[in-house]
Amino acid sequence: MSVSWQTLADALSLGGIYALMAVGIGLVFGVLRLVNFAYGQLIMAGAYAIAYASVWGWPSWAGIVLCFAVVLALTMLMDRAVFRPLRTQSPAVMLVATFAVAFLMQSIAVLAFGQLGTIASSMGPLNQPWDIGGVQIRKIAIVSIVVAAVCLALLQLLLTRTAVGLHMRAAAMDFRTARLLGVRANRVIGGAVLISGLLAAVSAVMLTARNPQVTPIFALDDTIVVLAGVVLGGLTRPIPATLGGFTIGFASGILGGSLPTNQSQYLPTFLFAAVILVLLVRPNGLFVRGGGAAERL
Amino acid sequence: MRKLLDLAAPAALVLATALLGLVVSSALQTYFLDTLVKVAIVVALYVFIGNSGVLSFGHVSFVALGVWTAGVLSVPAAERAAIMPGLAGFLRTPSAGNVQSLFLAALAGLAFAFAVGLPLMRLSGLAAGIATFGVLEIMNNVLRYYDKIGPGLNAFSSVPETTGIWQAAIGALVCVAVAYAYQRSRFGRQLRATREDPAAASAAGISIYRQRLLAFAVSGALAGLAGGLYVHLLPVEIDSLSLDLTFITLAMLVVGGSGSLLGAVVGALAIGGLDSFLSAAENGVDLFGWNLDLPTGTAVLAVGALMAIVLVVRPSGLTGGREFSLAWRR
Repeated sequence: MSVSWQTLADALSLGGIYALMAVGIGLVFGVLRLVNFAYGQLIMAGAYAIAYASVWGWPSWAGIVLCFAVVLALTMLMDRAVFRPLRTQSPAVMLVATFAVAFLMQSIAVLAFGQLGTIASSMGPLNQPWDIGGVQIRKIAIVSIVVAAVCLALLQLLLTRTAVGLHMRAAAMDFRTARLLGVRANRVIGGAVLISGLLAAVSAVMLTARNPQVTPIFALDDTIVVLAGVVLGGLTRPIPATLGGFTIGFASGILGGSLPTNQSQYLPTFLFAAVILVLLVRPNGLFVRGGGAAERL
Repeated sequence: MRKLLDLAAPAALVLATALLGLVVSSALQTYFLDTLVKVAIVVALYVFIGNSGVLSFGHVSFVALGVWTAGVLSVPAAERAAIMPGLAGFLRTPSAGNVQSLFLAALAGLAFAFAVGLPLMRLSGLAAGIATFGVLEIMNNVLRYYDKIGPGLNAFSSVPETTGIWQAAIGALVCVAVAYAYQRSRFGRQLRATREDPAAASAAGISIYRQRLLAFAVSGALAGLAGGLYVHLLPVEIDSLSLDLTFITLAMLVVGGSGSLLGAVVGALAIGGLDSFLSAAENGVDLFGWNLDLPTGTAVLAVGALMAIVLVVRPSGLTGGREFSLAWRR
């Protein structure tokens, strides 16, 4: 098993993107106790925005702006139409509801854009390699590592240094007590949903640059893996969730790049077997100390 | 007497569907057969999810195992080399008759669900959900690419198509009867107690782990049987036994109401009917002399929308999680 620099950089960048998605899922879970299975479809919608912008000949920055607009609008719509009416329901009902939303959005994409998909060619230049000291590394790998690091740093500042962040962390720990102490529920939930939408848009840009072929099942597999990673890390706290997302992205990048070709098709088997094993040993999460608040589903 | 109605009502619905399937044209009958197999899968799901209140995304892997068991054993030995060229030696010769293969499919589902449940039922909540999801992914991945044990990406063709309306109906009825017997047994009642209040149930001496494991194994057997029925109905591809089937069967259970056997059957029949109709319309149907031709994807769209609406408006499902009763209480 030999790991090349390209594989390492790719694994780091995949870990970075998955970490962003993990935070997006983890923040909403923190305030709503809701696992958003439809997160990948938000990313898929953003990817289609970029793809169609490039088909229409828009410059790539305009495509990225469109992507943010589409993803944020859909996030808000999803919150209003599904999350808000179901806020008081059990986590199981909410999870199944987001499952339904995911398939709804996927079938809308099939109906509107067709099964075959569209190429987001405007992101092509990011796929060119950079030559760093004789080592070829795709630009997108570096860009996504940097973007993920910046986003996570900003988020950490927001969560620890601002009033909104404090409210969010309080709500994630104990929503009812936080409300009693004057945290405004709708504001905190709105904030968390908004940030998770922003992170979905950023992830959409990065994933589209990695893989410009946008289909209705774009980011579906990634979301499943990230969900596993988030639960693996520990869903209830932002940092363990992020670490979980990064770990699983990094692991799948390294495995994908270093498994021999006749075994690489079994990547999901290795990955999920590892996830199950870890869950059996640490059901509350790999990076959570002591007894975390286990959710009953 | 009143309790017998809990069995009679869902069984009558299954029988009525089967009888209706007998009188329609053979092109339409396919949809009835498909729906009856779905009833079997949803009832299998209900045995675990409905009684325990724990979500499982892994049951389609038991269906896949049933498909595989009955499929490999039922492909005529002479045609195995052509359909499954990579098949390992020990799988080339053994074969099974129709009923035998269904029985073995159920047995495989039982054994696998028990083996998987042994460690997994210690988990609860989201960890359990993700772990069962992992089982589904692994089963799908292995059956898809490991061509020493099956047809890989190809379909299980040449399996005798014995799942006619009677076999489908009897299979679904067996599932309903087992589910009824289980939920009336003391094990079923104990598991329902842990669903309502885990702390109180533990305090009363019920082992949550054991009861969940038992239900998981029973529902695994039913799911395996459903898989056997399915592979005898049409040449199944492993690829079709993944997220989509998980989604549609969970949707059926939730829309019908996951708290009751009647809910599982009603949900499967209602969504199965809608899905069949729309799938037919995607290929174009004549409806009272008016040609209806819907674009591909409409069926999933409608099912997804219906599921979301039912969840928002009536989270406990169409039946509200209650069994059939003559005096329909509120």
